[in-house]
Amino acid sequence: MSGVRLLVGTRKGAFVLTSDGKREQWKVDGPHFGGWEIYHLKGSPVDPNRLYASQSSAWFGQLIQRSEDGGKTWEPVGNEFVYDGVPGTHQWYDGTQHPWEFKRVWHLEPSLTDPDTVFAGAEDAALFRTSDGGKTWRELPGLRAAKGNLWQPGAGGMCLHTILLDPSNAERIFVAISAAGAFRSDDAGQTWRPINRGLKSEQIPDPTAEVGHCVHRIAMHSARPGVLFMQKHWDVMRSENAGDSWNEISGNLPSDFGFPIDVHAHEPDTIYVVPIKSDSEHFPPEGKLRVYRSRTGGNGWEALTKGLPQSDCYVNVLRDAMCVDSLDQCGVYFGTTGGQVYASADAGDTWNAVVRDLPAVLSVEVQTLP
Amino acid sequence: MIRVALPFHLQKLAKIDGEVELDVPGPVTQCAILDALEARYPVLRGTIRDHVTQKRRAFVRFFACEQDLSHDPPDTPLPDAVATGAESFVVLGAMAGG
Repeated sequence: MSGVRLLVGTRKGAFVLTSDGKREQWKVDGPHFGGWEIYHLKGSPVDPNRLYASQSSAWFGQLIQRSEDGGKTWEPVGNEFVYDGVPGTHQWYDGTQHPWEFKRVWHLEPSLTDPDTVFAGAEDAALFRTSDGGKTWRELPGLRAAKGNLWQPGAGGMCLHTILLDPSNAERIFVAISAAGAFRSDDAGQTWRPINRGLKSEQIPDPTAEVGHCVHRIAMHSARPGVLFMQKHWDVMRSENAGDSWNEISGNLPSDFGFPIDVHAHEPDTIYVVPIKSDSEHFPPEGKLRVYRSRTGGNGWEALTKGLPQSDCYVNVLRDAMCVDSLDQCGVYFGTTGGQVYASADAGDTWNAVVRDLPAVLSVEVQTLP
Repeated sequence: MIRVALPFHLQKLAKIDGEVELDVPGPVTQCAILDALEARYPVLRGTIRDHVTQKRRAFVRFFACEQDLSHDPPDTPLPDAVATGAESFVVLGAMAGG
């Protein structure tokens, strides 16, 4: 019988949650790497038992862990992330230029075809790649050549947090950076260009600047990789042309501020967001935790509330903390800064808490297992 | 033999329990001890000092003989008590509350 495996990264370790295809009963395994921040874990699409995890701490820096058995056991691999050449500088909070300094890996994106190849999104923003299963990492410096001197950190740091690999075109990669924007490569990461036309950010001096936008997350459906969805600092956006231009689709959302956005596994126009009250108040409007679903690719949104707390709820849902499985009845999952992981086995109609008291959840990924 | 005490997280990472004993050739300095430690436990590379600059990570401290040696140049000879193994060279993470 098919099943699912959730890979949950938290402020104090990693957890592996498993269930069968009904997604009613769950086994919780962890913490792995207790006491360490686990920004992200992800499995290889071609070898689901090959997992990678980003483990870091303010004291002891960055480690990358690899599992060959679906997260039962782990081995540290390479942790040397060195910017290519002279790293150069980017905008700093005081308007001066500041040298690039590696801090941590926010996101790991395994190749769609090779379990030994993985992309890593770093803070300070850069893209690294391994082709030997994580033993060695090399930067793809062409990304920082895309006006990197104008990028600047947001309050959460200058992080490359989203990496999308186009399943129909091995040369095409999308990334998103806070606070720089979205970028696309059409030559497997050698050269990049900003794809931020149509974004409008009142929080920066030129609201329609080519770079400098605080993009929180972008998402695509694998069957329609030219259509992108974006949750920006404020505004939910859609692109029909692989990011060449964007249009706002916030529609009737109670707030268009938020962090994650994701797409239904089988319906490319069904998308999910979790509205947050504002950039000053990182919790749900009215203390009601609501996922919003659009079945029309945006603009028209419905609140999904059944099984979610509808009073006195003041958690946040971070950008990498939502995902969907690919079972026939699409499952949707998200984790909160309050340590809850919620699951829906019916595309968001109803929700249940898989666990309630984990450390603050940083990321949730799901693997659909045979 | 040089005795090195590591903090909990680095002991777990290196899969050791208790102090490490190292044979450190030549003058016994912070740098020589860390070189020997990382040679025995490659997983610790980058966790105590930066891969490239070799600078101590900001929230890692070095104590020995009831002294904070964190700010000493890394090539400064360590006290005889460390060199003879009478005292441990202590690597620890800075305290954090909250």
